[in-house]
Amino acid sequence: MKYHKEIFEIIFHARGGQGAKTAAEIIAQAAVHEGKYVQAFPSFGPERSGAPTKTYLKISSKPIRNHEPVIDPDIVLVLDETLLDGTVVTLNLDANESLIINTKKPAHEIAQKIGFKGKIHPVDANGISMEIIGQPRPNTVILGKFVKIAEIVKLESVIEEFRRIFEDKIGKEATDKNVAAIEKAYDSI
Amino acid sequence: MTNNKKLALTGGYAAALALKHINPDVMAVYPITPQTPIIEIYSKFKADGEVDTEIIHVESEHSAMSACVGSSAAGARTVTATSSQGLSLMNEVVYIAAGLRLPILMAVSARALAAPINIHGDHSDVMGCRDSGWVQIFCENPQEVYDKTIIGMKLAEAVKFPVMVIMDGFNTSHSVENMEDLDDKIVKDFVGEYKPEKYLLDLENPVTFGPVALQNSYFEFRKDMADDFENIQKEYEKICADYEKISGRKYGIFEEYKIKNAEKVIVAMGSVCGTIKDAIDKMEKEGEKVGLMQLNLFRPFPYKDVKKALYKAKEVIVMDRNLTFGTKQALASEISHAIGKEVKSFVYGLGGRDTFQKQIIDMVQGQLKDNYLL
Repeated sequence: MKYHKEIFEIIFHARGGQGAKTAAEIIAQAAVHEGKYVQAFPSFGPERSGAPTKTYLKISSKPIRNHEPVIDPDIVLVLDETLLDGTVVTLNLDANESLIINTKKPAHEIAQKIGFKGKIHPVDANGISMEIIGQPRPNTVILGKFVKIAEIVKLESVIEEFRRIFEDKIGKEATDKNVAAIEKAYDSI
Repeated sequence: MTNNKKLALTGGYAAALALKHINPDVMAVYPITPQTPIIEIYSKFKADGEVDTEIIHVESEHSAMSACVGSSAAGARTVTATSSQGLSLMNEVVYIAAGLRLPILMAVSARALAAPINIHGDHSDVMGCRDSGWVQIFCENPQEVYDKTIIGMKLAEAVKFPVMVIMDGFNTSHSVENMEDLDDKIVKDFVGEYKPEKYLLDLENPVTFGPVALQNSYFEFRKDMADDFENIQKEYEKICADYEKISGRKYGIFEEYKIKNAEKVIVAMGSVCGTIKDAIDKMEKEGEKVGLMQLNLFRPFPYKDVKKALYKAKEVIVMDRNLTFGTKQALASEISHAIGKEVKSFVYGLGGRDTFQKQIIDMVQGQLKDNYLL
């Protein structure tokens, strides 16, 4: 994947409380550790869990000055496939750009449902999360898939950042499980 | 603590981090969106034993500012944070803090005012106390929030006026961006130990704070206050110059971006300024000479310097993130007053409405159908 402009832009579609903001921040911090410039900010109406939210993430090799929301994304991540019913998540996403979605369904089914001609990367983040972590944590798991597709930050940086943020909070064992889940999503086809 | 050049933090975190490096004596806290992360993060610093600030949990913003007034009058270095309806509720005590000449620092995540209810960013709340006797400093991004919180604390104590350090709610308070902090000790040395000249707990030199002043003296008190307020700008510039020595980051009363040869100059404050700069670069490529005056110090208003910087501009375009009723917009009226002529006045970003470069370019080129970047 290449930059089609100076700033690589990502939109996360999720529901309030699903941790899209945390996921965006982990990628942002990882990018910063690699010497890049970032901007990550949420966009929501009322602050309410369960309500649809968008989180914007910008990554660049140059300082980012503008505070516009992302309207022409390079990648879109969808953490909750029920959002496809009420939101056009692929707005301004071109045929050579990617949609990463947390779903059990195969890519062609999603493509048919939303009529998107670009690349669709389904990942069963809920399944991987339940299997390895034992809890639904799709937001961190899907990071693995993102790293693989976007090629904008290294997997090691994301894992290092995840450990830095979470090891104190959730302990080493739970952190290791999360990391294993991220790696599995990275390797998943 | 070492100087970390690879941080990416929200504006709210940046404010809390600057306060941590200052380690004030007292912080009164009451939550309100989008300010809450500031007091939340600071409370964590306290719980982790990284600061020894006395955190006072109060039951409203009116009480928060009241606690600040008591604490500051007692002689303690005092801070708080708020937004929107919270700032409106504390309004009565905001005026008292200024009148008592208390150097309280308040971080504000600026937000819209009801009605209708809206939790998102604009400057309506802080414009509601622009004549209260508080210094008002605006920030564009988390880096500026960090830096100006430190500058603001020192300024408050130097001039004996309370200071508001203002960031745009959500656009800055919740936006993660690259920034650098300073070594803890460098910040503490810069701000210095707080030694109030007069304070309530000075038992050797008893004083009264907040007595009644009637027809024979109230006027003089207020006049003295107005006179002293005039001296703030000079002190602000001095402190900014000192801060540049320890940080390498230069702040002035305003930043001039490509103003020198500009035919049209935009004036604005806060997070929109970065977006304007990018729009200006685009217009420059098309041969259009546009500049930006990014105002940092809104109170006291730097009339003379604004006039000097803008006198050559053929056209001055002012962007306000507030909407006043029955009069000109807050910033537009100040700029117009400073340069002695009419300005083009536009309102943008109310209630968190996004602002795009395209709208700014349309505005400059006279393509908007009215005075709103809707």
